[in-house]
Parts: sequence; C-alpha cells; structure tokens
Amino acid sequence: MKQVWKIGTIFTAVVGIWISLLLTPGLPPSLQLIVPYFPMYALASLGCYGLGALGYGMMVFRVCPEEADLLQKDITEAKTFFKEHGVDLSSD
Amino acid sequence: MPSYADEDRKIEQLHPHFYSVIIPTYNERLNIALICYLLFKHMKDYKFEVIVVDDASPDGTQDTVKKLQGIYGEDRILLRPRAAKLGLGTAYVHGLKYASGDYVVIMDADLSHHPKYLPSFIRKQLETNADIVTGTRYVKGGGVHGWDLRRKLTSRGANVLAHTLLWPRVSDLTGSFRLYRKDVLQEVVQTCVSKGYVFQMELIVRATRMGCRIEEVPITFVDRVYGTSKLGGTEIVQYLKGLLWLFFTT
Ligand SMILES: Nc1nc2c(ncn2[C@@H]2O[C@H](COP(=O)(O)OP(=O)(O)O)[C@@H](O)[C@H]2O)c(=O)[nH]1
Ligand SMILES: [Mg+2]
Repeated sequence: MKQVWKIGTIFTAVVGIWISLLLTPGLPPSLQLIVPYFPMYALASLGCYGLGALGYGMMVFRVCPEEADLLQKDITEAKTFFKEHGVDLSSD
Repeated sequence: MPSYADEDRKIEQLHPHFYSVIIPTYNERLNIALICYLLFKHMKDYKFEVIVVDDASPDGTQDTVKKLQGIYGEDRILLRPRAAKLGLGTAYVHGLKYASGDYVVIMDADLSHHPKYLPSFIRKQLETNADIVTGTRYVKGGGVHGWDLRRKLTSRGANVLAHTLLWPRVSDLTGSFRLYRKDVLQEVVQTCVSKGYVFQMELIVRATRMGCRIEEVPITFVDRVYGTSKLGGTEIVQYLKGLLWLFFTT
C-alpha cells in the first residue's frame, strides 16, 4: 500500500472517530466541551512531536573532533606513501 | 614468505565474496589518491576492486587515477569515466555496469566516508545476511564532524520529516555510504528516478518497500577537508519535493 494511502487511512479513521464523537448524544458535559477542539490539540501535538524529535536529535547529535584528527594522521600517512612511490599530489 | 597465490587462496577461504567499490568523482584529484590508499590499507583481507566514475573533472582527477593504477594495478583500480558531468545517480548506474563483484560498496571520494568502516559493513552483512548494510551517523558510535548549527538543524529536520512521512526502517536516510548485494542494487536502482540527495533516500525507501533486508552500522562523518562540496542552496527545496514524491509513489 502506498504511503499516502496508509497515512490517509489513519487520518480518515481518526477524523471518523472524532465526527462520531461530535454526533454522539448524551456525552458528559465535560467531554462535550472539549471534543470540538480535538483537531487543534492534534495539530499542537504534531507540532510538539516534530519539535521534540528535532530537539532530541540535536541533543544526541554526536560531534567527533577526534575523528578529524585521526583523519589528518591518515592523510599524512597516505601522502608519505605516495611521495615514496613518486606520485606527486601537491595541490594547485 | 608466502607467495601471492597462497595469500589469495587464504583470503578466498576466509572471505568468499568479491566487493566492487564504486566511487563517483568530480574534481577529487587529491582525495581519490588518499581514499585509494586507505582502501587498500583497510581492505587488505578482502577481495575487492575500485571503480572510479569520473565525470570529466577539469582538475586532472583522471591523471591521478592513472598513476594509482600504476601502483595498485589496472585490475584493482578501474577508471570508467564519462564525457560530462551527468550527476551522481547515473554515475552509480554507470559504475555498476562494470562491477564484477557479487557485492557493491558505494562511497564518496571526499574522505567523509572512511574506508576503515568497511570491515564492519562486511561483518554485519555476513552476520545478518542483509541485502543492504547502510552507514548511519545517528546511532551510538556514529557522529559528524565539521558541520555548523545550520547544517545540523537541516539534517536532523530533514530526517524527522522523512521519518514522519515515510516510516523507513533506517535511521540515516541521506547517507550514501552503503554495501549492497549487487543483484539487489541493480534491481532497486532501476526503479529510482530522482537525482542528487533525494536519490540516496529514494534508493533506501524503495528497497525497504521491496522487502529488502537492511542493516545499519555506525559511521563517523568528517566533512570534506579538500575540495568543495557540491551542495547547492536549492538542495532543500529539491529534498522537500523529493520527500513528497516518495510519499505519493512508494
Ligand atoms: N561522477 C560524478 N561524481 C560526482 C558528481 N557530483 C558529485 N560527485 C562526487 O560525489 C561525491 C559526493 O559529492 P559531494 O560534493 O561531497 O557531496 P556532499 O558530500 O553531499 O556535499 C564526491 O565523491 C564527488 O566527487 C557528478 O556529477 N558526477
Ligand atoms: Mg561530501
């Protein structure tokens, strides 16, 4: 199933449940008050999820300066090797 | 001292597969030499060949490759150039045509993808019998060096969006350091149409949908030291378009 249909199906189901809740007679008044605002909550949650995931991703983002140092060593090693083998790598 | 033939036989028994390492290059005169040195250093226990797909780099990349062939042998380093800069996606397809291995490694020439990780790719593949092993910067043991805040935010944001919309089963969609079973790559690549960055994502998403077994290994990514990145300003817009395209077509 195409991704758009998967997400579309979930979306339709959720909207369906919401509408049926809206149309259900005899809901407790506390629920009746908040049900119309569900889409707003949903949107806000989605936004929070996005920001949260982004924030989490940035938090666990690992920087590895030590790898850059190791790479520099590798580069020096390689350049020495090529010099010994008579390959000229001097830039410009 | 054991003869070459003995060595070869030993390697063959230990490591039954043949790996074709495809490296697309555009103006990587220095980098291509460095990466070949590192490849031969870290892959000495494996049977492999290097296929350089150079798109008529004006900086003389091909001259360097020819010198490398002099050192390592023309059967180990294959130069398969193209007449003009035709883009990355098609460069892989082009290189793939000449691959004699049963497994294919695709990596950048700019040393962001360090050959020292290849043994862990191969080990992972052998352990899990995966169709694709992909390098990821975003798990324990992985990491990035040399990105500013904007680049970090863009990359993470792109990943969050892609995960929300596409539900792929890999943590790093835009990385392109990967090991493929050759027949799997040949099959998937035929279904891919996008270019540039989206191509990497499309490839892995389509492979996921095809039911390929995909495994990940952590890699560290050091942003290029030499040369300039070809990442342009329009890439973000292209990426978003590509994301939507994949949302509707996969
Ligand atoms: N053959 C070929 N290689 C390319 C082309 N564009 C980029 N490359 C190579 O692809 C790799 C990744 O490119 P790079 O500019 O580092 O992209 P970035 O790391 O995503 O910024 C490098 O090895 C480049 O030399 C192209 O049009 N043709
Ligand atoms: Mg790069």
